[in-house]
Amino acid sequence: MSKSVDQIFVIAKQWLLSWLTGAPDWIVQIASSLLNIFTLLAVFLTLFALMSVLERKILGRIQNRYGPNRVGPFGLLQPVADGIKMLIKEDIVPERADKLVHFLAPILIAAAAILALGVIPYGRNMTPFTIDGGILFFFAIGSTTELAVFMAGWGSNNKFSMLGAMRAIAQMISYELPLIITVLPVVMVVGSLTPDRIVAAQAGYTFNIVPRWFVFTPWGAAAFILFFVSGLVESNRTPFDVPEGESEIVAGHMTEYSGFKYATFFMAEYIGMFAITGLAATLFLGGWHSPVQALEFIPSYIWFFAKLSALLFVYIWLRGTLPRTRIDQIMNFAWKFMLPMSFTCVIAAAVWHYAGRGLRGWLWSLVVVASAYTILSMLLDTHRKFAPRVYRFAE
Amino acid sequence: MNSTAFALIAILTLAAALAAATLQKLMHATLSFAVALVGVAAFFFLLGAEFVGLVLIFVYIGAVAVLIVFTILLTRREVGKDRGVNWGGAVLAIAVFGGLMWAVLKSQSVSIVAPHIRALTVKRIGETLMTGYVWPLQCVGLLLTSALIGALVLVMEEKR
Repeated sequence: MSKSVDQIFVIAKQWLLSWLTGAPDWIVQIASSLLNIFTLLAVFLTLFALMSVLERKILGRIQNRYGPNRVGPFGLLQPVADGIKMLIKEDIVPERADKLVHFLAPILIAAAAILALGVIPYGRNMTPFTIDGGILFFFAIGSTTELAVFMAGWGSNNKFSMLGAMRAIAQMISYELPLIITVLPVVMVVGSLTPDRIVAAQAGYTFNIVPRWFVFTPWGAAAFILFFVSGLVESNRTPFDVPEGESEIVAGHMTEYSGFKYATFFMAEYIGMFAITGLAATLFLGGWHSPVQALEFIPSYIWFFAKLSALLFVYIWLRGTLPRTRIDQIMNFAWKFMLPMSFTCVIAAAVWHYAGRGLRGWLWSLVVVASAYTILSMLLDTHRKFAPRVYRFAE
Repeated sequence: MNSTAFALIAILTLAAALAAATLQKLMHATLSFAVALVGVAAFFFLLGAEFVGLVLIFVYIGAVAVLIVFTILLTRREVGKDRGVNWGGAVLAIAVFGGLMWAVLKSQSVSIVAPHIRALTVKRIGETLMTGYVWPLQCVGLLLTSALIGALVLVMEEKR
């Protein structure tokens, strides 16, 4: 019974495809791909709508106010109202803008974000597109976002847009390094770039209690935190949202976009966030595996989306808690701390592997990560004391 | 079906390459150059060499195209100055094309039936790189690291 509930979407897809028996192979293939794409879009656009209202609700809670509560029960129909508003807004294109580039940028950015969703395993046998180098595909597609952001900034022919795009590209390139290097230990340990194999390698439980997720090893925990922070930067979220710092440069590369194009940027940002948290769950949190053996009867996709929602909640929580960092702080952090630490993760994973992947390896890799962290924090210590701010020019 | 895909990708790639060579605005040329590179990556996908195609997108769209874009932005440009057709470049391009055509048509291997090869999986590429070609790989790594350090030294602020 629980088996068929677990596989209900796979069975439904096979049932739909069984209508096509007798059709040529390529028609079945295209129909199968289209089914996957429609399901992905339906699920993640709904999640986007939900996320946009939930984010405002949770931020409201953190800031001691109500948040949207007028449209529908608990304000849940707010995204519908927002969607209609965005659709019927006038689409303004600046007179001196590069019309074609200005038009193509939101399309490219949304396409890249949605494509990246295609390789993540959402449940047992539920990877939309199984690619041999799935992880590489994810990052290859992700790297095209930079060009799209640049197109948006340059095509708008606006100083604020250009500045925002430059900031975005600078921090995205800097954090792409730790983002990819922290994936390396996982790929090394599993010996595969296929997301399904990575999830399969995290099956089972140590002593029948602790799941064998990579986050429960010292190198995995460190890599997970580094990956999460880099993911925050890649999706331009607070505290790393200088590219669209509204108090300085209006909205960065999105300044000259209005109406539905702006909504497309907004959507791409959220979908990119889902993709990166989904990958974090796949790489370090055991993908669709259940955390407790006794709860394995709960379908795999529910576990995956539970992990995804937990990570997304942390994203919102951070946004409600932390102020915006300066661009030089972001860069210093990337090159002086994140990069050496992510190399340490690679070394710690190798130590863990060669010390036998048991308790001994666990302790040795903990020693490696902890000593690297201590040395780095000693080297980077500025000896600055924190005190109330003294205003020199204003009362 | 494969030949149709081949024709479509070839038309896209060639059109983008032509646009990259002829467009007036430098930025448009760069973007169409990126499209041409996507076309080349698509060829690799068509041939079943996913890894090469993905690396091509990763390196050329994610890094080289962005680098070109930055270079264009950071160099001074003379707006509205049209130098006309670059005849030297055209002659050079035709010479390279002719030389390549001559070499390709003259070679024997075109007429031979391709031998059956094992599927090119990422795992196989990794194993080959880490066993048979580990020294070249290390040398390239060393070269790139020294280039990175050199770039750092170039931009480092001089201590007074």
